[in-house]
Amino acid sequence: MKMDMSQYLDIFLEESKEHLHSLNEKLLILEKDPQDTAALNEIFRAAHTLKGMSSTMGFDDVADLTHHMENVLSDLKQGELAVSTDVVDILFACFDRLQMMIDQIEKGSSSPSSDNADLIQALEAIKDRPAGEPLPGIEAELLEKSRDDGEQASFIFNEYDITVMKEAISRAFQVYYLKVAVHPDCLMKSVRAFMVFKILEEEGEIIKSNPSAQDLDEGKFEGYFELVYLTRLAQEEITTRVNSISEIELEAIQEINLEHVNREQDSVGRQEQPDEKEEVQASGPVPDEGKARKVKQTVRVDIERLDNLMNLVGELVMHKGRLEQIGQTRQVTDLNETIEQIDRITTDLQSVVMKVRMVPIEQVFNRFPRMVRDLAKELNKEVDFYIEGKETELDRTVIDEIGDPLVHLLRNSLDHGIEPAEERIKQGKPAVGTVMLRARHEGNNVYIEVEDDGAGLNAENILAKAVDKGLIDAKEAKQMGMEEAVDLLFSPGFSTSSTITDVSGRGVGLDVVKTKIESLNGEIFVDSTPGRGTRFRIKLPLTLAIIQALMIGIQDEVYAIPLSSVDETTMIQKSDIKMVQNQEVMMLRGNVLPIFRLAQLLELPETEQKDEMYIVVVRKGERQIGLMVDTLIGQQEIVIKSLGKLLTGIPGIAGAIVAGDGNVRLILDITTLF
Amino acid sequence: MDESTQINQKRSYELEEQIQVVAFQLGQEEYAVNILDVLEINRLLNITRVPRADVNIDGVINLRGNIIPIINLHRRFDLEALEDDDEQRIIVFQFDEVKAGIIVDRVSEVLYLNRSQIEASERVYSAMDSNFIEGIAKVDDRLLILLNVKRLLGIESL
Repeated sequence: MKMDMSQYLDIFLEESKEHLHSLNEKLLILEKDPQDTAALNEIFRAAHTLKGMSSTMGFDDVADLTHHMENVLSDLKQGELAVSTDVVDILFACFDRLQMMIDQIEKGSSSPSSDNADLIQALEAIKDRPAGEPLPGIEAELLEKSRDDGEQASFIFNEYDITVMKEAISRAFQVYYLKVAVHPDCLMKSVRAFMVFKILEEEGEIIKSNPSAQDLDEGKFEGYFELVYLTRLAQEEITTRVNSISEIELEAIQEINLEHVNREQDSVGRQEQPDEKEEVQASGPVPDEGKARKVKQTVRVDIERLDNLMNLVGELVMHKGRLEQIGQTRQVTDLNETIEQIDRITTDLQSVVMKVRMVPIEQVFNRFPRMVRDLAKELNKEVDFYIEGKETELDRTVIDEIGDPLVHLLRNSLDHGIEPAEERIKQGKPAVGTVMLRARHEGNNVYIEVEDDGAGLNAENILAKAVDKGLIDAKEAKQMGMEEAVDLLFSPGFSTSSTITDVSGRGVGLDVVKTKIESLNGEIFVDSTPGRGTRFRIKLPLTLAIIQALMIGIQDEVYAIPLSSVDETTMIQKSDIKMVQNQEVMMLRGNVLPIFRLAQLLELPETEQKDEMYIVVVRKGERQIGLMVDTLIGQQEIVIKSLGKLLTGIPGIAGAIVAGDGNVRLILDITTLF
Repeated sequence: MDESTQINQKRSYELEEQIQVVAFQLGQEEYAVNILDVLEINRLLNITRVPRADVNIDGVINLRGNIIPIINLHRRFDLEALEDDDEQRIIVFQFDEVKAGIIVDRVSEVLYLNRSQIEASERVYSAMDSNFIEGIAKVDDRLLILLNVKRLLGIESL
């Protein structure tokens, strides 16, 4: 690849991935509903854009494959070919190949070498038309579009627009419809669009565009865009002006007759409309101005910058605290009022910054429909897959980690959960199985559930298997109930599948899932009804960076203990402490609880013993331990920070926080404290 | 941060012959570090003790939300700290992603040293652990001990 292209490579990769994503998504829709022309249009658009981009970048293999896809797609669009399973399958195969090639490009291969002859042949075979007929590329699309007469029909005007136009006409302006084509090889489409706008607005006003000005600005359009332009210039003058911009061509110019324009309330039966109308409906009574597809706007930001922002906000909060102190000592009314305002703003700011780190789980969920589909095919099972709550937000760090465990659980459900159709019918269940993937917020946690209506867990089978694998012996198995059996599922070296399948029997068991979830500070639960199905529930904290902690004081130092390791707190008298084998203990509801003096563990000097003291009961694995502290300060949400390279691996210290007063406080790590 | 001196590391003035250093006092002795290693010089901030850490580590401070370990050079070099707390400063160093600070009794000045003014350390100190001493510079009638902060912090072993 030529050097001068390299700077566009990132953009190319980003955009390709987006298009591949939409390709995938829409293929799934199309497979379900072959009549869905909106999806088909979207697929076509994605393939077409990919083709344009890749040929610009010199990735000819990608361009070639997409070109052939496009041919088939255009036949589908024109109804010359019906959407059938084999067509969709081959399109999926193309998608996979494209993804592979894009991956290769990302990994640094300058020209992904892939022999696509097989797919191209398959595509050719599907196409029942003689080759060479469809006009490839932009012309085909444009031709097709211009077949619909009355081009300005693509604009729908609301009352306001019409008033504006009437007003303009009364001031001797003309209203024109312009269709501006951008050269297909143009890399900086948005710049070209901007230049068109600029040159036109010197002598008039653009009152409408399709796609919207914003989308044009971001280059979100294909090949051409349409404008409604108010000016006193003559048609020829406009044409010369627009055509003076390189890579731009004025494809059509027409005067708009106000009598014939589409009013907003007229629903326009244009072939292209359905998907757009759907979007408008979905977004409520939004004026039609953004007739171009409503795309959620996002900015990609390095997570480090967000962390930085969070730090700065923390700093701000700390200084606000200082201001508050000053305000209290000085007792100046004006100052205090201002401080109150600042207080409110910083609190808002803090919560906004936290939210910025949150990402909808959609990112992870989106790849599952395809995976489930393929798996179901592979296993020869029929499955309906539903997703709920994909808008649920989680901290970025959790999102990155949660994918694999979910893949595993879904595979499990399909492989072990859902029975083959014959068996389901025998049991009086619908032949098509159901797998649900749900996410929802609950308090400070997010729950993700994977539920199937399959065979459910069979305690006997699990126990028998566990005995077989030597995890337990037969005697133990006899005493175990469902609960213990379920626990066994998560133990290392356990896999219930009787035959090693390609799907989930790769020796990686649920124990891996459990470990992963726990490393994210989460928990996993299972409920199952034999014959009715199984539900795995994952409970995750909203974020890893912020946890609930119990703040405790010891002499003049303050420490944070993660609430997840605290069972309870209690106050005892000096006389409650007993010695057993040189270890201080106390009785807690009939159990012996060993007590450690935190001051001693933290190398603080011995002080005189008070008569009353606080005990924080913490859990270390299965063991409960009492930590003796001086004061309990309270529960607090803390932002965990690392102590840095020079201070890593200190046993008992998990990290640090910056407290409200600006001081650093340390977080105790119970598992390594003693 | 109030009263802190931000020193732009990007402006490398390092010519062949000259280096720019920050000179400071520890006890009765005067030391210097290469200015390019210095992130900033700050007033004394609250130091939080880190239990179980190395004895030479005083604790950690909060520098605009960053947790920075503070190394006690007085203990390390076996020097008495001066009485006057008002003049005490924290010099924060940065090497890639590692940041660390030291407490000094006084920051004297920023000055240029000619390479010819610096005497290699082996010739001066032979017995003491001079790994982190790069040399001794003679400026008028003052003697500056030039420290290699990277080695001092144990980021770069010998």
